[in-house]
Amino acid sequence: MTPENRAALTGKHFMNGDFASAEGAIAAGCGFFAGYPITPATEIAERMARRLPEVGGVYIQMEDELGSMAAVIGASYAGVKSMTATSGPGFSLMQENIGLAAMTETPCVIVDIMRGGPSTGQPTMAGQQDVMQAKWGSHGDYEIIALAPSSVQEMFDLTIEAFNLSEIYRVPVMVLADEIVGHMSERLVIPAPEAINVVNRKRPQASPEEYFPFKPDENLVPPMACFGEGYRFYATGLTHDERGRPRTSSAEAQQKLVQRLCDKIRQNTEKIVKIKETMLEDAEVVVIAYGISSRSALSAVRKARERGIKAGLLRLVTLWPFPDNHISEVATRVRAIVVPEMNCGQLVREVERAAKETPVTFLPKLGGEPHRPMEILKAIRRVHS
Amino acid sequence: MNEELLHPLEGFLREWMMPHIWCEGCGNGIILNCFAKALSELNLDPNKVVVVSGIGCIGRISGYTNTDSYHTTHGRAIAFAIGAKLAKPELKVVVISGDGDLFAIGGNHFIHAARRNIDIPVICANNFNYGMTGGQYAPTTPLDAWTTTTPYGNIEHPFNLVHLAAASGAVYVARWTTLHVRRLTESIKKALQKEGFSFIEVISPCPELYGRYNQMRTSLDMMSWFKEASEVQHHFDPAKAEITRSKIVLGEFVDIEKPSYGRLLREKIAQIQGKMRGGE
Repeated sequence: MTPENRAALTGKHFMNGDFASAEGAIAAGCGFFAGYPITPATEIAERMARRLPEVGGVYIQMEDELGSMAAVIGASYAGVKSMTATSGPGFSLMQENIGLAAMTETPCVIVDIMRGGPSTGQPTMAGQQDVMQAKWGSHGDYEIIALAPSSVQEMFDLTIEAFNLSEIYRVPVMVLADEIVGHMSERLVIPAPEAINVVNRKRPQASPEEYFPFKPDENLVPPMACFGEGYRFYATGLTHDERGRPRTSSAEAQQKLVQRLCDKIRQNTEKIVKIKETMLEDAEVVVIAYGISSRSALSAVRKARERGIKAGLLRLVTLWPFPDNHISEVATRVRAIVVPEMNCGQLVREVERAAKETPVTFLPKLGGEPHRPMEILKAIRRVHS
Repeated sequence: MNEELLHPLEGFLREWMMPHIWCEGCGNGIILNCFAKALSELNLDPNKVVVVSGIGCIGRISGYTNTDSYHTTHGRAIAFAIGAKLAKPELKVVVISGDGDLFAIGGNHFIHAARRNIDIPVICANNFNYGMTGGQYAPTTPLDAWTTTTPYGNIEHPFNLVHLAAASGAVYVARWTTLHVRRLTESIKKALQKEGFSFIEVISPCPELYGRYNQMRTSLDMMSWFKEASEVQHHFDPAKAEITRSKIVLGEFVDIEKPSYGRLLREKIAQIQGKMRGGE
């Protein structure tokens, strides 16, 4: 083995989800990790601390999550793909600089292995309680992208996808996994390096004199120069114009910038969103689920079919941006929608909004254990009768 | 354009960001000038310098230096700079920020960066208060001083910044005032060349807010205080260098050698990769 061929550990593995996420990051070209130990995401830090030096990357354990997120942005601006991993309490602290990353259009990845909250809550138990925080956690208006893996393989695949999307849209991308997906071990297949799709940020074509760091291309994303390349640019968390100049009292500048930060994601929703549909063509009842809940839901849908109920599963791989149009369209074709979530009702609100007239039944589950298939099956039978 | 009218540090200042936002009598312009002069005298390639600042009046300095520069959230300049420096070690990454930013909201990052001996010079403009928000008390405000949030006099003991930096592990620690421009410039040059974490405290006048409430209405009043109270004493015990109305000890308090984080990191990575190659 040489450092050069340690980036993708091509082959079959039996591995936990946290480790798989770390492997996905390195395969995607991540060269910097800053984090703070927290259950149940610590294994990602441990794996990165071991693996990054092998490929010439840097692992640093910061003094807290505020600093971790700031360091991640610094590394990205210096031109190195960067990430952090955390769980609820740390995710809360990171929100400050997730806002800065959104404002200064910084490609970066945050893996949140969700546990039960609020506050210290249930560190070793699974939850899906950070879904709204991922979208709305920092102040002000902005958009992020969030992906929800439901298997160890997806921890690998979607971490790569997260890096690619962050590079394409210059936006923080979150991998919202739960403790079960993070800690369970399953088969993982890592492809050959040439079979792994890795995307890098768009570089400026303009000369340093003509380069405006926040002047967007047609897809609303500005090409990105990095420190030390001679562009001598300035970036600030203040409201700024395309050149980067603070425009703190300009209504026009605020309107233009913030609207674009939202639109660059919203207008590309169709390109970003990934959905997995199972037995949905003729379904009368659809279960909409994500993460570990979607695996219980799949089992429930199969059991319902065995009992002659036309049930289907719509699994959200992308949580944000929310696929409004797609859910609305599916809602017109079914009699009822069931949404199991390991929280008191978060993404179900988005589903209700998009489903319009179609009735939505919510199945909350707290305490750290996933839904049992029978619980979801019962709900399917109830709404079908 | 008449060439004689050019600013002597033209090229190091970001012209299109002018005019700056600082008040008349503020010391930040002097710090900017000394920093630009240090870059110029060292012949550093401005394309390889990154200036990082936090929030507050001096936080705007990153906008005025004609290098790559980044204006972070409040208190996070050092943490951001760590990411940039470790990702691209060939860059000279410098943090310039204020006392509130670096030692209140950002205090944790400061002590840990010093402990790690990260290769970053930190220049702190200490004006004894939060100027940007209108003159509230800071962790540096002297006991009994008046500010808008200590209307009955300050009952908190201030940090002695040079002692804090030295105790946290900084390899170079100095203190100057904006009156001591030549020595401050020399100190910045030294910090820019030093391996490891260096810290320079610059006592800076804020007549508009701090001075106004403390019987020093003009910048001249404040500069007179600096002049009368200053004593240059190199290698003075930083623990005994508290700032008082009658005495401000200036000079180099610490100048030692210690392997930096960057050096240890590069050695470690080389060792790990060497073993991997050797194991083939």
